[in-house]
Amino acid sequence: MVTMGLLLALSFVVSLLALAFLIWAISNKQVAPDQHDARVIFEPGDEGHVDSGETATSRPYHFDTVRSGIDAVSTRPVAVLLIAATVWLVIGSVFGLVASLKLHWPDWLSDHAALTFGRVRTLHLNLVIYGWLSQVGIAAMIWVLPRIFHTPLRAPRLPLIGAALWNAAVLLGAIAIANGWTDGEEWLEIPWQLDLVLALAGVFFMVPLIKTTLARQVHHIYVTGWYFLAGILWFPCLFVIANLPYVHSGVEEATVNWWFAHNVLGLWLTPIGVGTAYYFIPKIIGKPVFSYAVSLIGFWGLALFYSQVGIHHLIGGPVPTWVATLSVVHSVMMFIPVIAVAINQHITVGQNLWALKESLPLRFIAFGALMYTMASFQGSIEALRSVNSVTHFTHYTVGHAHLGAYAFVTITMFGAVYHMLPRMTGRVFRWPALINAHFWLVVIGFAIYFFGLSIGGWLQGLAMLDGTRPFSESVILTKPYLEARSVGGALMTLGHLVFAFNVASILLPQRVPESVRTVPAE
Amino acid sequence: MNNYLPLSIISLGILAFATLMLVIAPGIEMARPEPPAGLRPYTAEEQRGRDVYVSMGCLYCHSQQPRAPEQAPDGERGWGRPSVSADYFYDSPHQLGTMRTGPDLLNVGARLPSESWHLTHLYQPRAIFDWSIMPAYPFLFEVKAKAEEGDVVVALPPGFAPAEGVVVASQEALDLTAYLLSLDRTYPAPEDGIRDDGYRPRGDAE
Ligand code: HEC
Ligand code: HEM
Repeated sequence: MVTMGLLLALSFVVSLLALAFLIWAISNKQVAPDQHDARVIFEPGDEGHVDSGETATSRPYHFDTVRSGIDAVSTRPVAVLLIAATVWLVIGSVFGLVASLKLHWPDWLSDHAALTFGRVRTLHLNLVIYGWLSQVGIAAMIWVLPRIFHTPLRAPRLPLIGAALWNAAVLLGAIAIANGWTDGEEWLEIPWQLDLVLALAGVFFMVPLIKTTLARQVHHIYVTGWYFLAGILWFPCLFVIANLPYVHSGVEEATVNWWFAHNVLGLWLTPIGVGTAYYFIPKIIGKPVFSYAVSLIGFWGLALFYSQVGIHHLIGGPVPTWVATLSVVHSVMMFIPVIAVAINQHITVGQNLWALKESLPLRFIAFGALMYTMASFQGSIEALRSVNSVTHFTHYTVGHAHLGAYAFVTITMFGAVYHMLPRMTGRVFRWPALINAHFWLVVIGFAIYFFGLSIGGWLQGLAMLDGTRPFSESVILTKPYLEARSVGGALMTLGHLVFAFNVASILLPQRVPESVRTVPAE
Repeated sequence: MNNYLPLSIISLGILAFATLMLVIAPGIEMARPEPPAGLRPYTAEEQRGRDVYVSMGCLYCHSQQPRAPEQAPDGERGWGRPSVSADYFYDSPHQLGTMRTGPDLLNVGARLPSESWHLTHLYQPRAIFDWSIMPAYPFLFEVKAKAEEGDVVVALPPGFAPAEGVVVASQEALDLTAYLLSLDRTYPAPEDGIRDDGYRPRGDAE
């Protein structure tokens, strides 16, 4: 017991010391990223100009030939990944909607095992995480890293092989889950045999990105690069260790499970979302982020604290007290890196609100970045023991999961896709109103979803904690909120259909009068 | 930050440190050579039933980890004593769960020991509780004109029985029920049982 208490203290002290050292190093210019480094995202002439031009009505974007040479190489792999991701987004959302409806219409579609709630929900999670978010994230990496390194993507064919393998594994994984073949742990349901294929596919994504990094033409690695490059190392390690068959069992398996599952959010999806926002916000606005030095604290703080929060999913459970407490403490410490990111991103947007009018993609990305702050603050508070007792086993947690995975990462990626596509194709979106419609559908849908589940989940938690109220009360009182979630989710799903239409409309060859075209990408 | 190698090494080092803290150290602490007295391994039938439980995704609505009385009234609800890590000696994949859309099931075999109740409930939860939102699992059952030798017939209230014939449990349904009935950790918790005691009033901890 004593030694374990020591370990707890040790972990905390090490993390704090590391952070203190970092702050010291920054203030003493030992590591000195200065505002000059933050400008590495701009080509000469970019800075000071808004980078919009997705639609025929907005000003044509500044297009520079050096960059178009870079983009031209990335376009193919990025397009393939984006198309696949979009398909999974739509299918995954439909499964989410079906799962949601089933929670208040339990006898709907109950004749087949493949359509039972436990499987439909699992399909939803795996398709949106591995099919949609992971792929759109890798697409963004393939697009952004060569740009910030000022050199074309190396080995640009490998990601195509990777995409083929990855999508085959996701598809087979979905079929396996629908038929009841699952590894049986949340976030790790895809059978490990198929996980091997996913891991192999990952290699085909990592090699080109690392080769590009090593061949870079600039001295400095821009902050987005830190997040992306660390993410592509962290995720494979997590994925392989957690999926090792026959190694884990009992409660130890549960700790591996939540170490993995929370790190998928913290060390994979979050770097994707934060890294993307860190590139596109200043790039679109045409001004560097507010304080580049602070971004270092955001990054290393995330690495130190986020990596240790996973056991907050087992608070009050059969795990050693100290490890639950450790995760609670680190969850609260997450305020530090989150505030650091918030300072950079929100102030940069806040000082340039005019740009939201100019650029539709920026609206998505700025909204997503704001939701990152919200989701993280909420998560830190949710991990407190007193709050966790109420929320832990309820729909409140699902609301929180969507604030992070949906409102933050997914919506940020929508913006990134809308920004990349015109530059990939040399075309413009012909129906900007549909981009706007997509935005409002998902934002309003999400708001209904989130407030519905947060209120309903909280009441559910209070009912369960009150021993004088029968369990049935906690079920009955949530029904209207579950219905509200289905309404919100339906709007979101509709928004995704509009998104898919927008993506298809710009990618498919179109007969457009020459006058509405912008400069073709070579 | 201008170099790739240090960035990678430190990032991976931090992850390794986190793994040590969250996985390896607690794993060593919880590892035990022996199951607690009172816990027996699953029979072949119960294990098959457990596989059905896993493959149907009961996990997404049911936890298997009663909380301590200081934290929640799980004991009052009949869900059992606070569980300790040793209670899961034979469990893989673990099914601790994170949702209580339905009740905790770690001791459901002790609370609801009737096979017939579970079969009815799995066939149609609303035949028992009209407010239930648990899915029905009709595909684990068969409707036959007449029960044959050895068939287990599901008792159903009027309105839920098919117009003609009888509902008979499949082997999967019987296995699943056997697993549910085996869920019973009412033996005393081992002295050195490990669990999160963070809700104990201060001064009460050892
Ligand atoms: C959509 C969520 C959901 C899923 C999935 C689900 N259940 Fe339930 N379960 C409930 C709810 C709600 C109740 C309480 C109402 C009732 O008894 O029907 C319940 C109650 C139970 C009970 C009675 C517990 C008690 O103490 O009264 C058992 C046993 C049970 N479920 C077993 C299962 C099994 C086995 C599966 C998987 C095959 C399963 N459940 C899947 C929601 C669910
Ligand atoms: C692409 C966007 C989406 C992402 C990234 C996403 C992500 C997630 C995640 C991470 C979970 C697990 C939550 C948890 O275990 O706490 C989940 C569950 C769920 N999601 Fe989504 N989701 C998305 C869109 C949707 C949509 C459009 C709906 C439609 C209603 C939806 C409905 C659900 C439902 C019903 C669950 C299961 C909740 C439960 O088990 O009670 N999701 N989703």
